[in-house]
Amino acid sequence: MTTRLCAHADEAVADVQDGATVLVGGFGMAGMPVALIDALIRQGATDLTVVSNNAGNGDTGLAALLAKGRVRKVICSFPRQADSWVFDGLYRAGRIELEVVPQGTLAERLRAAGAGIGAFFCPTGAGTLLAEGKEVREIDGRLHVLEYPIGGDVALIGAHRADRMGNLVYRKTARNFGPVMATAATTVVAQVREVVETGEIDPETVVTPSIFVDRVVQVADHS
Amino acid sequence: MTQTSPTTGGQGPLGKHDIAALIARDIPHGAFVNLGIGQPTLVADHLSPGSGVVLHTENGMLNMGPAASADQIDPDLTNAGKVPVTELPGAAYFHHADSFAMMRGGHLDICVLGAFQVSARGDLANWHTGAADAIPAVGGAMDLAIGAKKVFVMMTLFTRDGAPKLVSECGYPLTGLACVDRVYTDLAVFDITPDGVRVRQTFGIDVPELAARLGLPLQTGAPEHPA
Repeated sequence: MTTRLCAHADEAVADVQDGATVLVGGFGMAGMPVALIDALIRQGATDLTVVSNNAGNGDTGLAALLAKGRVRKVICSFPRQADSWVFDGLYRAGRIELEVVPQGTLAERLRAAGAGIGAFFCPTGAGTLLAEGKEVREIDGRLHVLEYPIGGDVALIGAHRADRMGNLVYRKTARNFGPVMATAATTVVAQVREVVETGEIDPETVVTPSIFVDRVVQVADHS
Repeated sequence: MTQTSPTTGGQGPLGKHDIAALIARDIPHGAFVNLGIGQPTLVADHLSPGSGVVLHTENGMLNMGPAASADQIDPDLTNAGKVPVTELPGAAYFHHADSFAMMRGGHLDICVLGAFQVSARGDLANWHTGAADAIPAVGGAMDLAIGAKKVFVMMTLFTRDGAPKLVSECGYPLTGLACVDRVYTDLAVFDITPDGVRVRQTFGIDVPELAARLGLPLQTGAPEHPA
C-alpha cells in the first residue's frame, strides 16, 4: 500500500481502536510524536497498551494520554523519572499495569516483530527479576532468556523529513526507536517537520524506506 | 608467585572527581566507552582531547561531545540522561536496535556504571532498591552490564550508614550476574578475578583494615590467571 499524506493528525489516527497496542517513539521528548498523541487524545480510543521507552514526561505528549485514563498497560524500560508524576500517580493508585523491559531487549523485541522472528534468546537480564517466569537456556556457557516479539496495531513516530512516497529521514538522537517501531506495527504513522517532493531525499540517506510507512503528517515542529 | 603490595595512592578517601580521573587514566587510547547516568559521566571531564576515546550513548550516538551550553541546546540531541549534549567531528547516529547490538554484540570496549552493591563474584545490583513502593525502572543498565567487554563500577565503598557495598552476596535485586571486572571506590580499586577480589590500589587505608571492614578475603599481588 502506498503511503498516504494526511492533512491533519486527526485524520492519521482516526481508526485507532479501543484496546489497541500503540507503539510510541521517542526517548524522553526527543522524537516524541506529540501532535499524533494529542490527536489520539481527541480521537478517544481507550484501554490502550502503550509501548514506549518512557512512561511520559511532564504533562504533555504521552503523559497527557495517561492522564486521560486511556492507557491500561505500559510496556517500557524506564518509567520513573524526575518528571514522570502522571505515571507515578497512576501506578501507585493501582490504575495502570507496568511491564518493565531492559531497553535493548525492548528494541530487539520490536525489531523481531518487524523482521518476522518468532522469538530469540538474549543474555540480558538472565538471573534477574526481569527473567522470572521466562525460559532460560545456557548457550556457549552463558545464560540466555527467551524473549518474544512486541508488535503493535499502530506505531506513532516522529521523524524529521519525509518525501511524498513516505521515505523517512530522522535528525540526531531523535531517531532512537523510530526506525524499529516503523517496522513493527500494522499501521505506521509518522509525524514529520517537512514533506519534500519524491526524489528530493538522496536514496543513500533514507533511514526508514516507504514500505514501512502508511501515513505521514506534516507538523511545524514536535513541540 | 611474587607478592607485591598494592599501590598506595596517598591520602584517602578520594572524592568523586579523583575517582573519575583515576578511571579516565585507565581507559586505553581509542576505546569505545559508555558512561552510565550519574557520577560516571564525570569521567568524560578527565579524558584528554588526545585520548581518542569515543563516547557511546545508548540513545543512538557515537562520538558524543560535552553537555550543550545554553546557545547550543538542540532538543533532538540529548544523552541517555536526557541532558542536551553536543556532537564531535566523526559522530554517528543510529537507531536503538543498532545501539544495543553494539553492547550485546561485544563491540563496546568499556562501560562505567554506578552501583548499590557489587558481589565478590562480580554480580552487579544497580537498578532497583527492591523497596515495596519503588517503581522499577531499568533503562539500559542490564544491557550495559552484560554487554560491554569490560564493566567498571564507580561507587563509594561504604554506604552513609557504613555498610559495605562490596559484599559476598548482593542483597538488592541483581542487574547482571558475574559481569563486573573492576570496582573503583573512594578507598581502593579492586579487580574481580576468578580467584576472588584483588586489591589494585588503596587510598589512606591498608589492606588488612580494608579486609576487616569489608568482611571479605582480599588478594594482593599479581593475578594467578592474568586477564
